[in-house]
Amino acid sequence: MPHILLRHRDIPDIKNIEVYKQNGGFESLKKAVTTLQPKQVVEEVKASGLRGRGGAGFPTGVKWSFLPDNLWPHYVVCNADESEPGTFKDREIMTYNPYQFLEGVAIACYAVGATEGYIYLRGEFYPIAEQLDACLAEMEKQGYLGDKLFGTETSIRLKTHLGAGAYICGEETALLESIEGKRGQPRLRPPFPAVVGLYGKPTVINNVETLTNLPYIIEHGAAGFRQNGTEKSPGVKIFSLSGNVANPGNYELPLGTTFRELIFTHGGGIPNGRKLRAIMPAGASSSIIRVDDAVFDKVMDTPMDYENVQSVGSMLGSASVILIDDTHTMDWVINKTIHFFKHESCGKCTPCRDGNYWMLHLTERIHAGQASAQDVKLLDSVAAQVYGKCLCALGDFSTMAVRTAIERFPEDFEKVKA
Amino acid sequence: MAKLINLTINGTPVTVPAGTLVVDAAKKIGIDIPVFCYHPKMEPVGMCRQCLVEIGRPMVDRATGQPVLNEDGSPKLQFMPKLETACTNPVSEGMAVFTETAKAKSGQKEILELLLTSHPLDCPVCDKGGECPLQNLTMEHAADESRFIFDEKHRAEKHVPLGDLIFLDRERCIQCARCIRFQDIIAGEPVLGFYQRGRNTDIVTYGEPGFDSIFSGNTSDICPVGALTTADFRFGARPWELKQAASVCSQCPVGCNVTFNVRREAKAGGGYVIKRVMPRQNEQVNEIWMCDKGRFAGYQYTEAESRLMATPAGLDAAVGQAVAKLVESQSETVFLASGRLANEDLFTLKQLAAALHAKTYLYTQHGGGEFTTAYGLTSGADLGALGKGDTVLVAASDLYNEAPLWHLRLKAAAQRGATLIVAAARATKLDEFASFVVRYAYGDEVATIQALPAKDKIGEAIKNANNLMIFYGSDGLGLAGTTALAQSCAELFSISPVSQLTGSPVSQSASFPVEQLTGKPEDRTTEQPEDRTTEQPENRTTRKSNTGLIGVWSTPNQQGALEMGFRPAENLAAELAGKTVYVIAADPAGDDPALAEALKAAKTVIAQDILTTKTVKLADVVLPAAAFTEREGTYTNGERRVQRFYPAVPTRPGTKADFALLAEVAKGCGIALEGRSPLLVMNRLSTAEPAFSGVSYETLSQPAEQWPLIGRSDLYYGGTSYENKLGLGVTLALQPKADRQSSTVSGLRPKENEFLAVPVTKLYDLGATVAPAKLLSAHIERSAVAALHPVTVEKLGLGAGDQLSVEINGAQFTFRAALDASISTGVVLIPRSMGLAISAPALVKLHAAEKA
Ligand SMILES: Cc1cc2nc3c(=O)[nH]c(=O)nc-3n(C[C@H](O)[C@H](O)[C@H](O)COP(=O)(O)O)c2cc1C
Ligand code: SF4
Ligand code: SF4
Ligand code: SF4
Ligand code: FES
Repeated sequence: MPHILLRHRDIPDIKNIEVYKQNGGFESLKKAVTTLQPKQVVEEVKASGLRGRGGAGFPTGVKWSFLPDNLWPHYVVCNADESEPGTFKDREIMTYNPYQFLEGVAIACYAVGATEGYIYLRGEFYPIAEQLDACLAEMEKQGYLGDKLFGTETSIRLKTHLGAGAYICGEETALLESIEGKRGQPRLRPPFPAVVGLYGKPTVINNVETLTNLPYIIEHGAAGFRQNGTEKSPGVKIFSLSGNVANPGNYELPLGTTFRELIFTHGGGIPNGRKLRAIMPAGASSSIIRVDDAVFDKVMDTPMDYENVQSVGSMLGSASVILIDDTHTMDWVINKTIHFFKHESCGKCTPCRDGNYWMLHLTERIHAGQASAQDVKLLDSVAAQVYGKCLCALGDFSTMAVRTAIERFPEDFEKVKA
Repeated sequence: MAKLINLTINGTPVTVPAGTLVVDAAKKIGIDIPVFCYHPKMEPVGMCRQCLVEIGRPMVDRATGQPVLNEDGSPKLQFMPKLETACTNPVSEGMAVFTETAKAKSGQKEILELLLTSHPLDCPVCDKGGECPLQNLTMEHAADESRFIFDEKHRAEKHVPLGDLIFLDRERCIQCARCIRFQDIIAGEPVLGFYQRGRNTDIVTYGEPGFDSIFSGNTSDICPVGALTTADFRFGARPWELKQAASVCSQCPVGCNVTFNVRREAKAGGGYVIKRVMPRQNEQVNEIWMCDKGRFAGYQYTEAESRLMATPAGLDAAVGQAVAKLVESQSETVFLASGRLANEDLFTLKQLAAALHAKTYLYTQHGGGEFTTAYGLTSGADLGALGKGDTVLVAASDLYNEAPLWHLRLKAAAQRGATLIVAAARATKLDEFASFVVRYAYGDEVATIQALPAKDKIGEAIKNANNLMIFYGSDGLGLAGTTALAQSCAELFSISPVSQLTGSPVSQSASFPVEQLTGKPEDRTTEQPEDRTTEQPENRTTRKSNTGLIGVWSTPNQQGALEMGFRPAENLAAELAGKTVYVIAADPAGDDPALAEALKAAKTVIAQDILTTKTVKLADVVLPAAAFTEREGTYTNGERRVQRFYPAVPTRPGTKADFALLAEVAKGCGIALEGRSPLLVMNRLSTAEPAFSGVSYETLSQPAEQWPLIGRSDLYYGGTSYENKLGLGVTLALQPKADRQSSTVSGLRPKENEFLAVPVTKLYDLGATVAPAKLLSAHIERSAVAALHPVTVEKLGLGAGDQLSVEINGAQFTFRAALDASISTGVVLIPRSMGLAISAPALVKLHAAEKA
């Protein structure tokens, strides 16, 4: 099956605008701008059932319809912060298939009546930003961006904006603060960005992958999009597969593809004859799925979509599937994840700021064998203490792996001193 | 008025306006939900997560829109899976809040524990200990043993000077951002910020010099821990040793309500000494804030080395000498008094002078006061209620330097939607918040004000103002200039319908707490209940309470003097020659060499003061007076609010309160005046002076519930500002209209090589009440600059900071040159009270000072 999002894998030079055009490029944008009312675009996306690929899986069309009609201007902001450990799909899209992505952003702008869109990239993506800037210039030159698009009154302009390399700036309100030149810290919600967003105006925030689906949806209609995936999780998804796997990489597969197919058919299984021990399907923010003999088949046959991953005690999130084999123990894993979260906590709220500080000390000592059983309990209790009390989701994310590791892999925490 | 919402908190029903936050609604019925980052004066940010509670909201059937009921018919409640923050959630109809459930309590405890784990727990040596929200909550809720390893605790720098007045302890900081937000939102001087992130988040200052703000002390009050301490109080005393004395700041006409904290000290022979100045809540005057001048220079001058003292016998002898002089001179006496005196002093003086048929003059360079007694503010006035539809004009005043709290409150008024017009000859800090900035050349003040109504938008804003408030100052002006300015300002009321409301009943609105509780300005009413003006005689102006003319005086009680009829002399020097001059609380000789000469030409000089001034030095008789910190009295602030101050420390030996000294002198002259207590003087004063009718120490000391509720069992809510238990004061009734005067001001025209020097006011100067504040010396030093247009500075061959010599009447004086591109090239701004006598615009010569 040809790729829908990773089309460069079928058409190598698609990052050349001419090649993109020869392959139907900008036809969807033209179709939307010249033949559809913005509302019709929103309705089509709603009907497609497209869900946000940034992690939460919120229906994109529904999100768009929250923008009030009496407050202007509207903004579209694309979240290209891609900082979740284990997630590397957006960078591939933007690097190799940039025009489809940018066409998607433009379609989103048209749909919500935004004349300006921002693409917010993590600071480390500066080469990608440079390349995108060149693409944007080319699109403007060729009349795919700017004023009077395709002879209509529609104007759309896109800008890239580089962050300074902070995971928290992927959180949508911190991202907005960062674009506004402020400290990247989450805002209080409500009000939600759909009403009070960038510069206080109604704003749509979507992930790169989410938006890259739009040209396809406009071209093939909601029904065409629903050809892939499941009823509740339609479409394809890029799974970033990493960790102890023979062929790590991005795999574009229909939502609902099983773990087995991803890991063994595409990923080539676990190398060195080792056994799969654990899966983190949503990067460092995952609840860790235990894969032992008793549940191996159950887990492997679980379809990877927004509903079913929950049945094995985790979440699909951004589908950054990290595999952990039996050479690793979970005390090591959570020491890594907490190191990350402690480093990335923005410090705005108490439980995340101080909780991660202590969780790091505890995981460090536990992993080094310098801890007592009491410390493991304390770690679990601190994680519980943080969970559900933070200002943004990062705080909760930080506790997921910790709590599930202690609960599901008790043997990994027994090497502690008596 | 906002819609009312009914809810229950821990089962207790409460009704509050829509928009009220759960935490405020709880406070209203005496339920203290612990908070750290929330402060009722600022929008919630939900950062600390301390205020976690359970909130149930009535379930609604999606299909029918009807509430879902329990079996017993009560509405079924829906709870979020997670605890919610009480400080960020507004109330809603039928809400049920639970602050004491096991789940809520454990959430609160858990947050508290996390805060404590990275806290140094150095309460025993912390200045906040004893009045610390974190300490209090810990004592109440927290476990007494840590679950964590001490060695792994977060360590950070202590004793970090953010500026020279505020010190930061990075370990104690709980990252609540109250200080940052105060500076940003309330002070409008965003000089603090966070640096780094996560556990490494630190407060830093962006100020140059550090913490460059004149409101910095307030951050220490609202810091919920001992992270921010003030240079004057740190390691100075423990809060529980301190007693409180209610007072009023004497540094400017705002009259901020303050509390002097005192304790007994060995070095004072076991007597009481003042340890710090804290704001005292008066929502209609200073809210819960004060400026750094009031805080760091508020009482220091009363302890200056130059304080006058005598032995009791010496004092009696001095009184005797004064009596002898007065008995001899009788009506050939001239009394000269300033607005530093309390109302009671001034009234006693007025009676004494009347009995002697002697003249009295108000010692001030700021004229036009007669207009403020007729056009000033009346009962119910509140700068905090100015908002949309109201217009405020600030004319020839740099409020930031002259009356900081007015600057702060007008900035807020403008941000609430009031139209703020700033008319000034140079850029001022208030410009940034103004709707209109009118720039004129020094000398064109009156013409500029007169031309305002003809300007399109400004004219509209004045004519259509719901309330019109006008502040006039003395930026670049002397006595004649200010008088003319006052008149032109007063005339603006005649074109605005606000003044034509004579006798109209002012609408009654429910008062506290309902509409003030929201803290949302749009819900406040600008027309406050009016109790006195409706009964006023015909010839008094009655109008909306937030309408009026306000003089930005340089003393705390010039308004009181004006209300009693004291007026400045047009040509003071001429009035003094050959007379017996009785100078009280003024230093004409120090201010102006010409006046020193005039005093030398007087027959006799009697000086009554607290400090050894130049005037005191050349006086024949010296009467040492008690400072305001040592006695009782009242000041009338620029808003015409009479406010009481109470004794904080004992009277120094051989000194007496001014009214008592005057009464004693009067007694010697055979005139019976009340000298026993200021309360008794006020009783007479209020009978004799129509504007003061109805004012008594009883009415002045009536407290009223104010919002926000601060200083009660929980300090974490509002900070350590003091609750006002001793009265909010009373605003005076208006006086009959002043006669129009036709004062003309002759414009000075600089000749070749001459410059027009104009006096301007700096917050920190070398005046007798500021200079003794040692902590401010660097700030005073920074203010000793003469500002010129950059082009002029260049022409003089100078750069910013170079020494500049100003030659006036042959005398030389040296300043550092500062640049001000907003003035014209022929002007030099000379700071008042910085050594150069400049009471009115004058022509001067400038040179580059010889390099040393
Ligand atoms: C701590 C944190 C980090 C996040 N990082 C990203 C990110 O890097 N990229 C992203 O698309 N969404 C990220 N999100 C999710 C966004 O907040 C937001 O939900 C998403 O961009 C919405 O787009 P979508 O609806 O298209 O998924 C993050 C959320 C949190 C709480
Ligand atoms: S949860 Fe963490 S990242 Fe989110 S606001 Fe709080 S401190 Fe910042
Ligand atoms: S210094 Fe005080 S007020 Fe400022 S953030 Fe820290 S704890 Fe809060
Ligand atoms: S604003 Fe005026 S009255 Fe208030 S503290 Fe400052 S100097 Fe004192
Ligand atoms: S989060 Fe409510 S007080 Fe800080």
